[in-house]
This record gives sequence, structure tokens and C-alpha cells, in this order.
Amino acid sequence: MDLSAINPLLFVAGFLVAATPLIFAALGELVVEKSGVLNLGVEGMMIIGAICGFATAVETGSPLLGFAAAAVGGAALSLLFAFLTQITLANQVASGLALTLFGLGFSALLGQSYVGVKPPRLDEVNFGLLHDIPVLGPILFSHDIILYLGFAMVVAVWALLKFTRAGLILRAVGESHDAAHALGYKVVRIRTLAIMFGGACAGLGGAYISLIRVPQWTEGMTAGVGWIALALVVFASWKPWRLLLGAYLFGGITQLQLNLQGAGVAIPVEYLAMSPYIITILVLVVLSADKSAAPASLGRNFHASS
Amino acid sequence: MKLSTLLASAALALGLAGGAYADAHGKTKVGFVFVGPVGDGGWTYEHNQGRLALEEEFGDQVETVFVESVAEGPDSERVMTQMALDGADLIFTTSFGYMDPTINVAAKFPDVKFEHATGYKRADNVATYSARFYEGRAIQGHIAGKMTKSNIVGYIGSFPIPEVIRGINSAYIHAKKVNPDVEFKIIWAYTWFDPAKEADAAKVLIEQGADVVLQHTDSTAPQAAAQEAGNVVTFGQASDMAQYAPFPRVSSIIDDWAPYYIERTKAVMDGTWTSTDTWDGIGPGMVAIGEISDAVPADVKEEALALKASIADGSYHPFTGPLKKQDGSDFLAEGETADDSTLAGMNFYVEGITGDIPN
Repeated sequence: MDLSAINPLLFVAGFLVAATPLIFAALGELVVEKSGVLNLGVEGMMIIGAICGFATAVETGSPLLGFAAAAVGGAALSLLFAFLTQITLANQVASGLALTLFGLGFSALLGQSYVGVKPPRLDEVNFGLLHDIPVLGPILFSHDIILYLGFAMVVAVWALLKFTRAGLILRAVGESHDAAHALGYKVVRIRTLAIMFGGACAGLGGAYISLIRVPQWTEGMTAGVGWIALALVVFASWKPWRLLLGAYLFGGITQLQLNLQGAGVAIPVEYLAMSPYIITILVLVVLSADKSAAPASLGRNFHASS
Repeated sequence: MKLSTLLASAALALGLAGGAYADAHGKTKVGFVFVGPVGDGGWTYEHNQGRLALEEEFGDQVETVFVESVAEGPDSERVMTQMALDGADLIFTTSFGYMDPTINVAAKFPDVKFEHATGYKRADNVATYSARFYEGRAIQGHIAGKMTKSNIVGYIGSFPIPEVIRGINSAYIHAKKVNPDVEFKIIWAYTWFDPAKEADAAKVLIEQGADVVLQHTDSTAPQAAAQEAGNVVTFGQASDMAQYAPFPRVSSIIDDWAPYYIERTKAVMDGTWTSTDTWDGIGPGMVAIGEISDAVPADVKEEALALKASIADGSYHPFTGPLKKQDGSDFLAEGETADDSTLAGMNFYVEGITGDIPN
């Protein structure tokens, strides 16, 4: 055992990177679920974002344009889900699963000519002197702009939901779409916008994997992150700050177990690997006492005639 | 009512026609169950190349079907059952974790032939096949031992199963032989295919000082991580991964399944198929060594090729004594070589590797 092999600075920096795709995807889904829609297609929208972002970044040479394209791609795919569930009133669970399957297949098709290509690199943000602060510099001030964007969006979504009229309307639609409708709010329109926001966020999360975390394109490369993001929303009981905490927990434990293994620590890694899920289950059990947690209209379809 | 009757009879007619067509041409249907996507650039990619070679060889006589990204466990049993029900004559299940599901499904379909890769359980209609990847690992170990400057070699394992442990031992033995100071850091990813996790594992190994990273997982993600780091050597796994050559990827182990798939399908067509246990290496061509790039010094390359030649002609066995196990007990005496059953069930590290094998 040689714990000195683990560089704590690189470890923390590493898990901030590992948590970022989760933060994006889960934050988007949180907003969607707050509006009363359950979109299980996160994985599909992420992988579409991953390839749209990758292809655009490679073709234009600009990673930032890639991220923009990833958001557009994710949102475009989510429009399909919005059409199915909001216009044709299809079952949300089935539509979401279909979206994932479609996204995985379609991204493989799009990505055929991008296997083995190296994407342009997104540089770290230049913080000047801040980067030279011992300990904090390498941990907090040595990342790319998208990582900070993820953090900023958590703050923005929290503020939006808590303090603004728009947030209040979104929550109203999620809690009781009939009441919101009676008050004159356009339920379908609001939900569609929320779904598109969720798609854009998932796309960004996917592109973060293909452009920064790995960086390459491989079929099916999101490998289940979208599902963890869905679990994370429940874990966070639909609160942005807890979501941030949960993402760091998930990301941190994965990094921790890899680091400990590398250092030769004889720990049963299987237990460590499954611990985030156990914690999620525990949180769910605890939350089951607190009925107010989930938006009341979650997963229910709305039609103005009902 | 009328419409549905029409549709039903049309479907029936089509079905009959389809069946008649299949009978008339005696098409052999071959199914493949894959653990990752066919575009993983590694393990599954090569199995799919074998499937395509099969189609090319037999043309109209054979029909192939495949299902990709099938989780090991109950899911795979469902997929195999469906394939058998759909009329497959021969089914290749291409991951270690499909072993028990294959045996279970095979018991229910005695007329369907099954071939399980890298496992050890057989039945009257279940054959096993694998490649002696450890022969390629010996060559990688040799190059790794010569190329490392930090004397730390990182190794990304998938699951702690004999096949992977064998590869680690083989690589270590040959790295140690040319570089007594070499140390192996091993990280188990507990997945065959998860690019993000594989890349993370590679990054952690690099952060902890490794300047050579060997992988026993299926995607090219560790290659990308090494390329990002700039000064880290890698080897292609299962497939050539030539897109990362000449550096970081300096060589590779390539699985060539095509001849085996063609031979076994032919056997089913001729009715000569029997349950066998095939385990071929560099000699018969099931394991190929990808081109050693110019990033490797010429003398090291020459030694590696000589090692390859001696393994191919059988004059050298990668597990030749004297060797001790990790706990210091004797494994092989001077000049003794490991027999296949020992290799097939290998569940211990050789002397010098630190850390425990997880259960």
C-alpha cells in the first residue's frame, strides 16, 4: 500500500471532471421533472450530444462550437419526445425508452467516420494569478470553461426555481397542470420548453464526455451515465444543490476507488463501486416519508379537455 | 375485420414463402451475441469482422444475425433464446460472462450448436474457443519493460478472471526479465466497455507515475487518455487500434476470429460439427501482433520479433520456469512449462506483483 502515490490535487480535479457530465444531464432532467414530465431518454440525448459535439468540433476546429452543436442536437432530439408526449399524448416512459434506443442507434450511424479521430482541445480558462494559489489553484482554477458553466447553471436553476416568477410557473405546471391551465398558463408550451432545456443540457453532458473526459468518439460511449443522472435527480429530491452534492459523490467515489486500486490498497472495490447506488436507495427510503418531494403531476399527461 | 384477415393471411403467406425460401436454399443461420457495440474499435469490432468474413466466404448460403451491447447475465440468456427460437443453427457467444447463460440455453435447444468464447464449460452442443492472448502479452511485457522510464507500468484489468490474470502474469514476467526494477500498478475497471471509466483509469495510472499503460478492456479510450498525456506508451487491445499509431500505440494484440468462424460454420453445414475446445495462439494465427512502430528502438523491436517467432514455432513458452507464485510457493521448476489446465484456471499472481486479486 502506498497512499503517497495518490496526488490529492489531481484526485479532486479529476472528480470535478468526472462529475460534470452528470451535473449537466441531471440538472436538465431536474427541470424537466419539475415541469411534471418524466423523460427517460437522457442517455439517448447525451449520446446524440456527444456525437454532434464531437463532429462539429472536429469539422470546425472549435470545441466551443461543438458544445453549442451538442446542445442543439440534444434539444432537437428532445423535441421528438415533446411531440410524442405533449402533442400525441403518448406514454412518457415508453417514449423516453424509445428515445434512448433511437439515440444510441442514430449516434452510431452519425459517428461512423469519426472513430479514431482526435478532437481539438478546449483550453483551460486563464485565471492568471489565481492558478498559482497553492492547493486551491490546481483544484479550482485549472479547468475548462464548460466545467464552470455546469456549476453556474446549478446556481442559475436554483435561483430560477426559487426566486423567479418563471420558476414558480414551472413548478405550478409540475404540481398541478389542471390548476396551472385554469390560471391561463400554456401547459404544453411550458413543458415543451422544459423538455428542450433538458435535451440541451443532456447534449452538453454527452459532449463533455466525448470532447473532454475521454476525448474521442466511440459508439455507446456514455455507457449508462444517463441512467445514473436519472437516479441522481431522485437522490437529490429535485433540489439543485443536493444534485451537485450527489454528482460529486458519484464522481468522487468512482475516482476514489480507481485511485485506491492504483495505490494498491486492498479494499473490496466492488463495495465502493456500488456504494453510490446503495446511498441512493437509502435516500429513497428516507424520502418516502416525505411525500412532497416529487412533483405531483410527474409522468401524467395533460390535455386541455381533461 | 376484413382488413385484419387480409393482413393475417398475407403475413402467413409471407411466412410460408420465407420458410420455403430458406429450406430451398438450405441457408445456415449464424447468430452472434456481442458484449459491446460493433464500433468499439476493439474486442467486439474484431468479432464482427469475423462475422463479415463469414458472410463474404459463404455468400447466400449463410445468414448472420447479431445483437450488440448485451449485458452479461440474464439479459444475454433472453437474447440467445430469441436467436435460437428465430431458427439460428449456430450461435457464437463472445464474452466470458455468457458462460452459464450459454450452457442454460443450450440445454433447452439441443439441435442448435453453441460456441462460447473464452469460457471453460462445454456440453454436447456447446464448444468453447479462445485465443492465447497471453502469448501476445509476453511481447507487450518485453517492450513495456524496455520502454518504461519511471519503471511503473499501469494495467487496466476488466474482471479478475483467469484470462485477464494470465495476461497480467505473462506481461509482468517478461517485463521483469528485461527490467528488474519494473513495478505493475493494476486497476480493475469491472467493465469490458465503458470509455469514460477506462479513460479515468488510464488517467489515474498516469497520475500515479505510469508511463506505459496496458489495457484489457475493449475501447480505445485509454489510448486517447495516453495521447492526451503525451509521453505514455500504450498497446492496441484485441484490435490493432492503428489510429493511435505510431505513438502512443506502439504495438498491439489483434484477435483474428475469421478463419475459426468460417471453419466452424462449414462444419455445421457439412454436419460434422462436434463440441471441441479450441485454444490457438500466435502460431496458428488466431493471435496476431500489430506492427511495432518506430517509436520503439530498433534493437527492442528486433528482440520482440525474435520472441514472437520463438513463441510461434513453439520453441518458447511464455510460462517457463523457474517461476514462483506471489506468496513465494513454487509454481514451475526450472525449464518446466505450464500446462493448459493450469493456465485456464489461473487465479494467482506470480512472484513480484504487489496487491491482491479481488474475489
